[in-house]
Amino acid sequence: MLRLPPFRFLRPGSVDEAADLLAVHGARAMVVAGGTDLVPKMKRGQMEPEVLVGLGHLSELRAVHATEGGGVEIGAGVTLAAASSDRRVGAGHRAYSRAAALVSSPALRNVGTIGGNLCVDTRCNYYDMSVEWREACGFCMKKDGDICRVAPASKHCRAIASSDTAPAAIALGGTVVLVGPGGCRREVSVCDLYQDDGQFYLAKAPDEIVECLRLPPPGAWRSSYVKVRRRGAIDFPLAGAAVALAMAGPVVEGCRIVLTAVGSRPFDVSAAGEALVGRELTGEDGLLADVAAEAAKVAKPLDNADLHYVWRKQMTRRAVVQAILEAAGHSPALAVRA
Amino acid sequence: MTTIEAPRDERDLRVVGRSLPRVEAAAKVTGSIAYADDIVLPGMLFCKLLRSRHPYARVLSIDTSAARAVPGVVAVLTGHDLPVNYGIMPTCEDEHALEHEKVRFVGDPVAAVAAVDEETAQAACRAINVEYEPLEAVESIEQALIPPDDEPLHDYAGPANVHRLAALEFGDVDAGFARAAHVREDIFFFEGNTHLPMEQHSATAQVVADKVTLWSSTQDPHYVHRALAKVLDLPMGKLRVVAAPHGGGFGGKCDPFSHEIVVCKIAMMTGRPVKCTLTREEVFYTHRGRHPVLMWVRTGVDADGRILAMHFRSALDGGAYGSYGPASTLYTGALQTTTYAIPAYRFEGARVFTNKAPCGPKRGHGTPQPRFALEVHLDKLAADVGLDPVELRRRNFVKPFSRTVNWLRITSCGLEEVTNRVLEASGYARRERRRGHGMGFAVSSYMCGAGLPIYWNKMPHSECVVNVGRGGVTLYCGATDIGQGSDSVLATVAAEELGLWPGDIRLVTGDTGLTPVDLGSYSSRVTFMAGNAAREAAAKMRALLVGVVADEEGCAPEEVEVRDGKVGRMTFEEAATLAEERFGVLSAHGTYTPPEGIGGRYKGAGVGPSPAYSYSAAAVDLNVDPGSGEIRVNKVWLAHDIGRSINEMAVRGQVEGGVYMGLGEALMEAQAYRDGLHRQPSMLDYKSLTFLEMPEVETILVETHDPEGPYGAKEVGQGPLLPVIPAVVSAVHDALGVWIDEIPVTPDKIVRALDARAKGKEARYGPKRFPDIPYPDLVKVAPPDAAPAAL
Repeated sequence: MLRLPPFRFLRPGSVDEAADLLAVHGARAMVVAGGTDLVPKMKRGQMEPEVLVGLGHLSELRAVHATEGGGVEIGAGVTLAAASSDRRVGAGHRAYSRAAALVSSPALRNVGTIGGNLCVDTRCNYYDMSVEWREACGFCMKKDGDICRVAPASKHCRAIASSDTAPAAIALGGTVVLVGPGGCRREVSVCDLYQDDGQFYLAKAPDEIVECLRLPPPGAWRSSYVKVRRRGAIDFPLAGAAVALAMAGPVVEGCRIVLTAVGSRPFDVSAAGEALVGRELTGEDGLLADVAAEAAKVAKPLDNADLHYVWRKQMTRRAVVQAILEAAGHSPALAVRA
Repeated sequence: MTTIEAPRDERDLRVVGRSLPRVEAAAKVTGSIAYADDIVLPGMLFCKLLRSRHPYARVLSIDTSAARAVPGVVAVLTGHDLPVNYGIMPTCEDEHALEHEKVRFVGDPVAAVAAVDEETAQAACRAINVEYEPLEAVESIEQALIPPDDEPLHDYAGPANVHRLAALEFGDVDAGFARAAHVREDIFFFEGNTHLPMEQHSATAQVVADKVTLWSSTQDPHYVHRALAKVLDLPMGKLRVVAAPHGGGFGGKCDPFSHEIVVCKIAMMTGRPVKCTLTREEVFYTHRGRHPVLMWVRTGVDADGRILAMHFRSALDGGAYGSYGPASTLYTGALQTTTYAIPAYRFEGARVFTNKAPCGPKRGHGTPQPRFALEVHLDKLAADVGLDPVELRRRNFVKPFSRTVNWLRITSCGLEEVTNRVLEASGYARRERRRGHGMGFAVSSYMCGAGLPIYWNKMPHSECVVNVGRGGVTLYCGATDIGQGSDSVLATVAAEELGLWPGDIRLVTGDTGLTPVDLGSYSSRVTFMAGNAAREAAAKMRALLVGVVADEEGCAPEEVEVRDGKVGRMTFEEAATLAEERFGVLSAHGTYTPPEGIGGRYKGAGVGPSPAYSYSAAAVDLNVDPGSGEIRVNKVWLAHDIGRSINEMAVRGQVEGGVYMGLGEALMEAQAYRDGLHRQPSMLDYKSLTFLEMPEVETILVETHDPEGPYGAKEVGQGPLLPVIPAVVSAVHDALGVWIDEIPVTPDKIVRALDARAKGKEARYGPKRFPDIPYPDLVKVAPPDAAPAAL
């Protein structure tokens, strides 16, 4: 079998201590909670930490708190299974609990954490391979090489943002609390956690740890998340759309659209949704198709994931339409061909 | 002890035909069975193979000095230590356990390390320095047909990188086409896929007193035994190959493999036991799975839809080595005639070498690809001539106890009945016609064991010994249970004859040191062949016990009943003890050799003949989302002519497994390459069905009581997969009106076909041309007298 390389495991007493340990050990260290992303990647040589700072045992990261007005604060160590079934989360933040429920498989959701999914590594089928395969391929800039295999002219890595929960959290106006060395805390929007570079996809400092996710009170916002993948019981997203709608009766008052798996970061394409503001959603005119086409303009799939990239682009538009209709409470059966 | 009792009235069967848990089931589900990788021996070393990183390259040098210096490393091997070539088929022994001159695919083994643990062996492999001179890789069938700039992959066969060509004609095909009222041509492609067994291959070797024992997850220890004797230059008697309890074969563990040879060699060199277990990625490289096949088919029918002539061409992408390739090639043309009475038939086949993991046999060996092409082609042909697709098929069905134009002997044949039963159960004719919902139907047939062995020899294909001693029964047979239930078949047969239960029979199987020969678990041969051998052995033992008891009780042998653990009035144990007192060792044997005359005598006639054929029909009900092309299979009905169920529960399990695998191939599975590299060598990225995608399967068993099968039984391990794939394609067409002429049928292909139609183009996704292949002159074979004649 593939063997896990040797590493040193540290067990900090608190998140603050964990951040301090990251600062001390620098680039040689990584944090681990559920380990569902990290452990297989260590076996394949994609990640080679010498020191792992454990977070899984920290009960302070495993709490869910309801906040005033229907908001919720979810500890980064809460498992995806727990978050997706927590009624305090689901009540006002359907897109988020739905996204958490659609990550991977039941077994991995029982172990994988919500903080881990926000920070999940970008994916690419030139990169998610054993060291032997990558060596045969000549390596790529994300690990051990210097060019992007799927887009050799690209100056940056084009691995795909593959978090299901990130677009939902962004559409819901979520923020994360980051803990740095010395107990230093800052709160940033989930949207600002990412940058459009498959290699350096997280905009936080390497020694900052996600402590919790805060989803604000939903107010009039209703949301949904639609995931496109080959098999409904395991796969990463090939495209995903999170939509939040503020509705006044049948009329749209606000529309946020966030896409995942269409580039190296989740994209907030809410500007495309402005065309819906002040309009009624019928699902039968060309309006939704136009909105979806505008929203999906940012999607530039490449041949580095499952199925044909043209299909993935087409399905991005379709996911947007479906997510809008679902958020509005319409039946998905109404979805028009995007 | 030499006379066999005449077959008893089979209505009186007490064990055969029941639904019973398999004999090894409890041990498997409780984890008490030791699979090959569970074997741990004192002082055992762990072996890893260094594999090529190049699709095609000359090996200039291999420097193992750094690897030898790694602490904990005990042995390092290269191809110089194992220079003897081998291969499963005598006509293409083109493999070396470790390649030291040329590597031919990414994953080709070049060196091996044995060390005190797996991590050390792996680290030492990485310390081996191999100097390569890359050569231009051959990546497609088309490219393999062109003379290479560098050199062909192998120094035999040709032209270019062609491995094998075949061209056969039975009857006058041109005349058939000339008389046809309608002629249709189609082109299809079936992408390669792999077996995906749950168990990764594992082998452990040990040398004790000059004798080598290999425990391996192999399907045919006999062929591994032969290859080891050749490569290791040891007499067969010094070698023992044991097929360990198996975690899935499906054809992927039918070749002798590098890791099996290497562990034996290192055990011989070091005197220590050695184990090698492949990683999942290595299993994808070891492969020997479904060939990618490009196919062209032309059929002429008369005004009533009766086939007058068929011309079938195939081109197989064989990957880097021969493996079973010559057989695979002929199988793409052999069984078209066992479902349809084709009066004139021409087959031209070609297999090419490419720089990919070698292809070989996978469940249905060489026949799922042409079955998909043939069935979909007939659907289109039916539409052309305005006939219902089922009706067109019916008009051409073969008849029981007939002879095909290519000389295959058909015995029992439940084709009409499996068709009727599936149509009835599925309501296919009354199906709901609405956009996005469809049903498809297809039929197929498969062999109950290959009529000839893989290498020429006159030994029986299967031998069995039944020993009785101290009241217990032990059955010895070389057959290998790869999860298909062959042990249960053997135990059930022996129990039936001896008036016992399957759980009363102790089994020793798949062990070349302890059991008589059986050729192995391939070509769906075990129930038919080993089953018959077991029945003969057990019936002889029964006759012996009956004789002793009749003497003792002073009655005629016919009056002695053998049932419920008793022989006459004595318990089985009492009868056995009495017999042992009289005769000493109680041992009976049985053998099975396929009958003469079941096939033709032309070159290539060795592929296709079988003592019997199973028949299957499938109906598939599915929904396709017209916006995304995503398919939801709602239900599959599968009727199978099993001849007779030896164990009905096991038969149903095999049907469901076959449907599962067929759906996986139809919808998802693809062993695909990009720039010489496997695109998805992991279980996450190589897509196969999960529980969620697996629909309900309604299994309908049809019993035709084959005259030569044990109790009338036929095969079930492979046949039920075959009709599922074309039935899916047919159902997608039924739902949306587009033909997907390429397997797998993925959502992106469906959307592209829909988009093509929307643009006024052909409502189809699939290959557009078939390459020019330098087929040789046709070997013209006169059909047998009793072949289906054109009306």
